[in-house]
Amino acid sequence: MNDLLFQYLLRLGDDSLILGQRLCEWCGHAPTIEVDLSLSNLALDLIGQATLFLGYAGEVESGGRDADALAFHRDAEDFRNCLLVEQPNGDFARTMARQFLFSSYQLALLDRLCSSADGRIAEIAAKAVKEVRYHADLAADWVVRLGDGTAESRGRMIEGLDDCWRFLDDLFAMDDGERALAAAGIAADKAALRPLVQGRVEQVLRQATLSMPGLPWQVTGGRTGRHSEHLSRLLAEMQVLPRAHPGARW
Amino acid sequence: MDIAPAIDRQLAGRIAAVLDTVPDPEIPVVSVTELGIVRGIVADEGSGAVTVRITPTYTGCPATQVIERSVREALDAAGFREVALETVLSPPWSTDMIDEAGREKLRAYGIAPPPKGAAARSLRGRDVVECPRCGSADTVEVSRFGSTPCKALWRCRNCAEPFDRFKCH
Repeated sequence: MNDLLFQYLLRLGDDSLILGQRLCEWCGHAPTIEVDLSLSNLALDLIGQATLFLGYAGEVESGGRDADALAFHRDAEDFRNCLLVEQPNGDFARTMARQFLFSSYQLALLDRLCSSADGRIAEIAAKAVKEVRYHADLAADWVVRLGDGTAESRGRMIEGLDDCWRFLDDLFAMDDGERALAAAGIAADKAALRPLVQGRVEQVLRQATLSMPGLPWQVTGGRTGRHSEHLSRLLAEMQVLPRAHPGARW
Repeated sequence: MDIAPAIDRQLAGRIAAVLDTVPDPEIPVVSVTELGIVRGIVADEGSGAVTVRITPTYTGCPATQVIERSVREALDAAGFREVALETVLSPPWSTDMIDEAGREKLRAYGIAPPPKGAAARSLRGRDVVECPRCGSADTVEVSRFGSTPCKALWRCRNCAEPFDRFKCH
């Protein structure tokens, strides 16, 4: 059970860590200073959640690895994040489409995990869910604003959503280990979450005068370490300092 | 703040007085106690060892580590080296934990404090927000995310000044 829990915590922590790192790429490049601040704030919250989940993962593993060791000294195939969060930022609409889908998913997930049978997961979820509510609101606002905006912004939002739609099965993927944890009340049953998330997504898209894209061919594999090449490039930038100077301190 | 019954009241009072002097690193007009970050002073019933419990505001707030360090330094300087420091996540910090004195100091500093009980209500900013400078309620949200995780950016339509608002959380 400990190894299953360790794997599950990596999934939770890596999603937040990788998306947090992606959003950091916007710092200094966002369309306006308010958006720049917002994206940096989201990134900060996500990295904070990653620290808590990965820190707990390290304790469960009992191999002497802390959150930093797990973040900076694992290679791409050892990461367990979903494929959606590692995708490049693209333009602002694409970033917001990705954020909207991920935050809608994460909000439903954390909401459920607040009552996890694992007290520590419940505690982290209760803390993080308050932050993610802001993320989901911000992203939904932008989906509506761009989707129901000019022909240009609308076209870009449609493209952004289309691009993300390939990764939905991967986002909700569960293996036998995670199903066992869900049966024990520790993990969330993602199959049960999916209709909730879909309902929320549909509602916002309607408001944005956009139609729900059909499900195209799905790419999966993130939860088992089969990633797109984008992840290794992201990790190269994120990990270079601690790997070049192991044990370096400020 | 909870003070466990097992602890010597006088000792707890002296520790609390030290904590009252530790400012928040990003909003130095309020102390960590007034912000509601100090969650309790507890004593182990067997050994009598005393622990101060603190909680982070946001999971990724960069001030958290600075706060831990300044609380440690303040306790050490006051002769409480043996007092342990523990970070707890539960119950999660909420703006409802900011006390009245803290709220008033925030307002005087130019930050609109969150109304009491607001954390449980809507996050969409439907509350009336008074400008901390001129008191006008004719204000508008510029950005829901501001210069620190805990603040949003607002503007007053009456005096035209921008101001920070402590986000309901």
